[in-house]
Amino acid sequence: MKKVLMSGNEACGEGAMIAGCRFYAGYPITPQNELTEYMARRMPETGGVFIQSESEVAAINMVFGASLTGARAMTSSSSPGISLKQEGISYMAACELPAVIINMVRGGPGLGNIAPAQSDYFQATKGGGHGDYHLIVLGPSSAQEMMELTVLAFDLADKYRTPVLILGDGLIGQMMEPVLVNSRQSLVVSKKLTTKNWVLTGCKGRDPRIVKSLWLNDGALEAFNRKLGEKYEHIKRAETRYEAVRTEDADIVFVGYGSVARILRAAVARLREEGIRAGLLRPITLWPFPQAAIRQLSKKTKKFVVVEMSMGQMLEDVELAVAGNAKIEFYGRPGGGIPHEEEIYQRVIARHKVPKQSKK
Amino acid sequence: MTVQCNTMKKVFTRPKSLRDVRTHYCPGCGHGVIHRLICEAIDELGIREKVIGIAPVGCAVIAYDYWDFDTTEAAHGRPPAVATGIKRMMPDRIVFTYQGDGDLAAIGTAEIIHAANRGENISVFFVNNGTYGMTGGQMAPTTLLNQKTTTTPHGRDAKTAGYPLKISEMLAILPGTAYLERVSTHSPKEILKARAAIKKSFVKQIENKGFSMVEILSACPTYWKMSPQEAVRHMEKAVASYYPLGILTEK
Ligand SMILES: Cc1ncc(C[n+]2csc(CCOP(=O)(O)OP(=O)(O)O)c2C)c(N)n1
Ligand code: SF4
Repeated sequence: MKKVLMSGNEACGEGAMIAGCRFYAGYPITPQNELTEYMARRMPETGGVFIQSESEVAAINMVFGASLTGARAMTSSSSPGISLKQEGISYMAACELPAVIINMVRGGPGLGNIAPAQSDYFQATKGGGHGDYHLIVLGPSSAQEMMELTVLAFDLADKYRTPVLILGDGLIGQMMEPVLVNSRQSLVVSKKLTTKNWVLTGCKGRDPRIVKSLWLNDGALEAFNRKLGEKYEHIKRAETRYEAVRTEDADIVFVGYGSVARILRAAVARLREEGIRAGLLRPITLWPFPQAAIRQLSKKTKKFVVVEMSMGQMLEDVELAVAGNAKIEFYGRPGGGIPHEEEIYQRVIARHKVPKQSKK
Repeated sequence: MTVQCNTMKKVFTRPKSLRDVRTHYCPGCGHGVIHRLICEAIDELGIREKVIGIAPVGCAVIAYDYWDFDTTEAAHGRPPAVATGIKRMMPDRIVFTYQGDGDLAAIGTAEIIHAANRGENISVFFVNNGTYGMTGGQMAPTTLLNQKTTTTPHGRDAKTAGYPLKISEMLAILPGTAYLERVSTHSPKEILKARAAIKKSFVKQIENKGFSMVEILSACPTYWKMSPQEAVRHMEKAVASYYPLGILTEK
């Protein structure tokens, strides 16, 4: 294994290469251009296909086509472009087509700005496109994870025949960090995943196949939606991932994902030095959300502090999970603001009376 | 009564690529005829097991219930992008899209222009019936001037609704377009020409010539508010004179 200095965008691209991605289509948008450019270089080197599409709409539909053939396929963009992809993503969820979609989130709404943000959480985890579906949503918090979660995303996409979205942000995408570039064997779950009995390859030696999302007969769509629903329930049980840092004895538990979690980790360490029992719960899967883990914690923790680079979106999921069992405070920096460790530390110190006994 | 006719030769039969089912199309609709022409070409070229067809969103959305080969259904206007993804991953398969005028010349304008401009090695069958059949007869980009539709109740007026779009002429000037012909389905003679053009488009793809498209004028008697006979006469007189038939480019 070698250690390479890479940006999160490049690490994501390399993750796609490790996972055996054969098709990439994308349209330029900051702050994810390094990823598109990386794929433009790397895909042809490995006999894969790279297309700079005419729009994000075209890109997602090209990925739809490539996925139909059984190829591992990916597209990437940032917020406004991801909005354009939503119809295609809904069709892919409906046709049960695997694909990996990267959103390096920037400030919004509208054209917003090109600074890092987490304001696409609702769009990513609550649907985004039309209809009754979910995406698996992963929230990497380092360049290393950008790579590893990209590989995982391809495996989950194939395993469950569903699009998987990686919700990064401009900070994760553009920050350079040393990355341990793992070999395929150490990361990939199962070979079985790439054998697919539903792909369109021409009907040689078998009955013709149809991949579609229209269900006109009475009750047909209801039955299909129930089937999709069962799949999502299964994913919730089997694939929820999170990281808990010093939460066992914590009086205050921070909840944050992605870049924010890195800042919170530093804040926890500093508060602990001051004798404040702080901890961090970092969702890695944003959908499925680690609801049970937070509910469990809410029975013994006094307070949760939710920090997001938005006006409060994941906050609603934390509120549902805590279900009134503990206090919840929110600190948000929208529109490209990045919370500083010091800000968080000061807020907590100001509001939290340090318990006498732990101050010795 | 059954008549033994051992001595007679079978000259007309259902193509193998076409399922033996009743279609949902209105009387006099062009879609059924065009489906059949595509299937005949596929059978003749022996490519049924290599073909992947893409149905549009439009009256022909369930074409896959009639075609007996691998098929999918793309979002409205996006078949050329889906075809691009399929063909690039499997260059030895035969990929075609089937698209209405709303699908191809309105919502899907960007996808068709750029697929042609990249010279994607696919076949596009573009069914121009001058209206949006599936949604109830609204104006299409190809609707003729003065033609009444549900959204041009007094007839299409260029001042507010623009001109009937000759998208084939636009696509024909692109260097990526290897073959583009406009045909019609208003008479047996024209139908035979349409059949030949569809077959030629597949041949171009087999020979890796690049992007090819056949625009097929087709009747929608239901929303033209005409009988099938009147519709056919209207196609010959009015539609084909605005949209001249023939080869627009061949490389
Ligand atoms: C994004 C989107 N917009 C609108 C529609 C509704 N819609 C379905 S078919 C259609 C137009 C069909 O007309 P055309 O492509 O000319 O095909 P025809 O039905 O005439 O064969 C429209 C607007 C849709 N399904 N999706
Ligand atoms: S509405 Fe028009 S295009 Fe649709 S099936 Fe009827 S005749 Fe054909």
